[in-house]
Amino acid sequence: MKNIYLDHSATTPVDKRVFEKMKPFFMDDFGNASSIHSYGQRAGNALIKARQQVANFMGGKEDEIVFTSGATESDNLAIFGAMEQFKKEGNKLKDLHIITTTVEHPAVEEPFLKLQKQGVQVTFLPVQNNGVVDIKEVEKAIRDNTVLISVVYVNSEVGARQPIKEIAKIVAEKKNKRSVNKNTLSLIFHTDAVQATNFFECNINKLNVDLMSLSGHKVYGPKGVGVLYVRKGTRLIGQQIGGHQENDLRSGTYDIPSIVGIGEALQIAKKNRNKNNKHLRVLQKKLINGIQKQVPQARLNTDLKNSTPAHVHFAFPGAEGEAVLMELDRKGIYVSTGSACASTSLKPSSTLLAMGVPKEMIHGAIRITLGKNNTNQDIDKVLEILPKIIKKYRAMAPKGLDYGERAKPGL
Amino acid sequence: MYSEKVLDHFKNPRNQGKLKNANAVGQKGNPVCGDVMKIYLKIKNNIIKEVKFETLGCTAAIAVSSLLTEYIKGMTVEEAKKVTKDDIIKKADGLPPVKIHCSMLGVDAVLTALKNYKKN
Repeated sequence: MKNIYLDHSATTPVDKRVFEKMKPFFMDDFGNASSIHSYGQRAGNALIKARQQVANFMGGKEDEIVFTSGATESDNLAIFGAMEQFKKEGNKLKDLHIITTTVEHPAVEEPFLKLQKQGVQVTFLPVQNNGVVDIKEVEKAIRDNTVLISVVYVNSEVGARQPIKEIAKIVAEKKNKRSVNKNTLSLIFHTDAVQATNFFECNINKLNVDLMSLSGHKVYGPKGVGVLYVRKGTRLIGQQIGGHQENDLRSGTYDIPSIVGIGEALQIAKKNRNKNNKHLRVLQKKLINGIQKQVPQARLNTDLKNSTPAHVHFAFPGAEGEAVLMELDRKGIYVSTGSACASTSLKPSSTLLAMGVPKEMIHGAIRITLGKNNTNQDIDKVLEILPKIIKKYRAMAPKGLDYGERAKPGL
Repeated sequence: MYSEKVLDHFKNPRNQGKLKNANAVGQKGNPVCGDVMKIYLKIKNNIIKEVKFETLGCTAAIAVSSLLTEYIKGMTVEEAKKVTKDDIIKKADGLPPVKIHCSMLGVDAVLTALKNYKKN
């Protein structure tokens, strides 16, 4: 049985070329990049090269790149680091306002909730039923005391792409107004671009963001490494303090193998982006059409006009998501679900709730995320197996249940 | 995460389906997660002769349903009323903490069925 991995939003396998580049830095060139001797220099040179690769990937400068342990740390550093700086400048937390959306990764959502508890004014922007924020809502939400806006580039569940460029334009206009009105408060724009990195433009000057988080393991690189882009002039206070690495923004010995890995992975991602996107779009459309043809009452939650080419998110009323996931697992197909039954909190996916998907529908949510190594045959196999599984569990369920808005086809 | 026993009952659920000549039927939905369980009983001379289930739910909910039907078959009505969630968890060789409520759903569905039986 061939394993068909369809959970690339959760993580991706390390690309062989990436792994080869990482290898020497475990046992041979294992030096500490901060050491002065030759071992240190070799590690230090690898660090410089990786930093160039990352800077090149996003069109930034080398000294604007901060290596972290992953996107969670990047997001935390961006948000808490910015707020600590505002506090240091003499502002009271209760006088400051920050904005995010209702479809963020927990690595952004949780810091916002924590800051809210500490007294910061917080706005969680709603989304439209396709999961995309309305830029008019963003504009309305910005106040004179707004200091930070964090909007995810692509939502990890349904793959909805947020209008980052358009939001950045609004932010720039507000900044101009502030300078005219002699309001000296900064306004920082952060995006978590983890789920967009493979597919969409990540040039920080085209996006016009101040802070951007990236992850290694979502782009066929290693786990445990991430990047925070910090635009020159954007002032943050490091949250992990110690040996003063990364201009004091992130202390800790450089994880050279992982840093080499993310540098290489990002370079490859950018080079092959168009080719991969084309390949994935074909598979995505085939999968969606096939499911819609074979499974009655399947609700599509991925808006093809505003999504990555990798996401295929459906709700199958009458077949619980975790059970479907486990049965697919037995057949060698690996997916994910937004069903409450599969979460540790027993809460249904907050993204799907924010999109207005009824709870009874979320109960049967299945997320498929394609990757560059998936083939046409993989999709054939899924289309052969998945409809049978949905049918099986629907037959097992008590009859006459109300699944809420069952007639609505979704997007 | 799941015990072998749970996975076995999930893969091969026992007594799944409708029981046409049932004289006690109970359905219970769990507001926590959205799972729904329906239990069909055929009771004769105060003894549960036949049991079947229909469940919309996760791995644990399906396994609990299946285990429960095997467990209560042959019990008297009074015995079945005394079945607790801990009995089910024991039968399942344990459940992940977050899935404990699934065992409660099973107990509730049986109690509902028995209550409905009395009414008839």
